[in-house]
Amino acid sequence: MKKKWYDYLWLAELTYLCLGLFNILFAWLGMIFFVTPLVIAIFGGGKTYCNRFCGRGQLLGILGDKLKLSRKAVPPKFLRSKWFRYGFLAFFMTMFGLMIISTYKVFTGLPLRQAVTLLWVFKLPWQWADVSSVAPWVAQFAFGFFGVMLTSTVLGLLTMVLFRPRSWCVFCPMGTMTQGICQLKHGKEFKENGRKSEENRGTAENSGE
Amino acid sequence: MNKGKSIAEIHKDCVACGTCVKVCPRSALSVFKGVGVVVDREKCIGCGKCAKVCPAGVISIVGGASE
Ligand code: SF4
Ligand code: SF4
Ligand code: SF4
Repeated sequence: MKKKWYDYLWLAELTYLCLGLFNILFAWLGMIFFVTPLVIAIFGGGKTYCNRFCGRGQLLGILGDKLKLSRKAVPPKFLRSKWFRYGFLAFFMTMFGLMIISTYKVFTGLPLRQAVTLLWVFKLPWQWADVSSVAPWVAQFAFGFFGVMLTSTVLGLLTMVLFRPRSWCVFCPMGTMTQGICQLKHGKEFKENGRKSEENRGTAENSGE
Repeated sequence: MNKGKSIAEIHKDCVACGTCVKVCPRSALSVFKGVGVVVDREKCIGCGKCAKVCPAGVISIVGGASE
């Protein structure tokens, strides 16, 4: 298949992570990876973001397939179950909410905490960042949001190595949210589509099972 | 007796990530409006490439002479 421009968006993901390490304020750019998939799903584009534009999914694919870093084992079944996927989404959004609250607290005058929280518990000191040029709450959000992005990257890499390259996509909160939106909008159509093709199969192959 | 060719079947837990779509040599798979994957039964040759890459492990190859 001929490569299209969007097949190189993994470079954008990589650049984002590097920029964030170099200057934490670039974390704000990550909002694009948050808003775009939702906008596409809400306005009828389905999961085009996941299927085409997601640099993170591509990057995991490249690391797992091309660089052969993945064991390529089927992930455990619970990972794809509704309760786990929506449970993880709920947990993720709660942590996101708490991050917004701490940003608000800094906005109202609490001192800035220069740390990036990894996997919701490990606080990485981030003293080298120079954030004196912006309002403290802007910096606080950058620290918090970069923590979210790094955490999901670490989980993505871990599941990439342990299971199949894009195992993260099974429980990625953005993936779950966009699919959830599409299910609400087109779930019925999808079911009907499935029933129709079942009927076709019956007549075409006349298989009596 | 051969009840028909082998074909990919998608379990309802499909997360619509689209990984399988990219590897199918016959372009038999498509993501239906972001909900799940549909298999074009005419095109699918049951090669199993999709099943090998699906991160959710929801594709199985069914049918064929063995069944
Ligand atoms: S599930 Fe998440 S990581 Fe995977 S392609 Fe979609 S947005 Fe990207
Ligand atoms: S079994 Fe082969 S031909 Fe059929 S959908 Fe999967 S990859 Fe395509
Ligand atoms: S790779 Fe698996 S989970 Fe992803 S769209 Fe295909 S069938 Fe669904």
